[in-house]
Amino acid sequence: MSAPDSPPKSMRTPLGRVRNLGASHSGTSDFWRQRVTAVAMVLLMVPVIVVVMMLLGRNQAGAAQILGSAPIAIIMLLFIIASVWHMKIGMQVVIEDYIHGEKLKLASIMANNFFCIAVALASIYAILKLSSGV
Amino acid sequence: MVEFALPKNSKITGGKTWPKPAGATETREFNVYRWNPDDGKNPSVDTYYVDIHDCGPMVLDGLIWIKNHIDPTLTFRRSCREGVCGSCAMNIDGQNTLACTCSMHDVKDGAVKINPLPHQPVVKDLVPDLTNFYAQYASIEPWLKTTTPTPQKEWKQSHEDREKLDGLYECILCACCSTSCPSYWWNSERFLGPAALLQATRWVKDSRDEATGERLDNLEDPFRLYRCHTIMNCAKACPKGLNPSEAIAELKLKMVERQI
Repeated sequence: MSAPDSPPKSMRTPLGRVRNLGASHSGTSDFWRQRVTAVAMVLLMVPVIVVVMMLLGRNQAGAAQILGSAPIAIIMLLFIIASVWHMKIGMQVVIEDYIHGEKLKLASIMANNFFCIAVALASIYAILKLSSGV
Repeated sequence: MVEFALPKNSKITGGKTWPKPAGATETREFNVYRWNPDDGKNPSVDTYYVDIHDCGPMVLDGLIWIKNHIDPTLTFRRSCREGVCGSCAMNIDGQNTLACTCSMHDVKDGAVKINPLPHQPVVKDLVPDLTNFYAQYASIEPWLKTTTPTPQKEWKQSHEDREKLDGLYECILCACCSTSCPSYWWNSERFLGPAALLQATRWVKDSRDEATGERLDNLEDPFRLYRCHTIMNCAKACPKGLNPSEAIAELKLKMVERQI
């Protein structure tokens, strides 16, 4: 709540301020992808839990044997892609909601992208390494 | 970042307790937000006692009674006193609603706590500055837009198409919904808010309108539209029983529909 006793910083009209730079004509792709990845995660949840339970208590050789199965490795890869993509979009929404300084916002969104890509690649690399038995 | 603390000059201090009306057999306590831009003081909450046997049943009746009998400086907007004009929107007992359609008997025991609509600049007492809210409404261009030459008589619409506007056209622009929305609190400069978006849906769904695509173009933006996270405070607050969340979901669906 800002008290109206402080002088307005700009003499722009209210409509001019609302129209500002115009609509960016984007956002729908992220909205749709967030729904697609959410549905994908719902479908993948049960198989992933089953795989994780199969992996419990096994050593690396045992894990490599299970992940050596192509369908299991693909399920895990799909889950990583869906969840990290969902995480990236979700975190970006949180940043856009709460961080108002343009510089800090851009830096945070960039850091979010880097972090999600790093997490995704590290996980994918680990699954491929185990599943190919290298 | 989001400001969680109020600026120094917004901190609410204890206010004046006005004496109980002489001769009243039964009174109801009203705690009302007061702020005067001219006296340089912080806002305060004044306590009034309303003689409920000399006053109508609604919260607005109580405020008018206070203004007429106790304190003529108490400032608030009101006009139709029957839930049509939307002027007397305020926060009553923690809920944005219309003072004229909110019975003081429905407010649970204790004082009737009245504050201005949240997160808007205050002009005085219970009067918020809704300039930005009205500009956002203007930005969705709430009028029929056509290219086809205007017919000799009226623009025709089937009964089925007219029914699609039910639940949308009833909006009275009281701002209860937008000012109850956390997304609107954090980003009111860029997010259009539930009221303007519900009105946008009303024109997007109007079968007579020929500018549907342009309207969607104007809304397709991570901030203007997609700040809505379906929190649904808007639907809870709406004194007309409308559901802006649903209207916004329909807009999002149309955005997807034209891409896929």
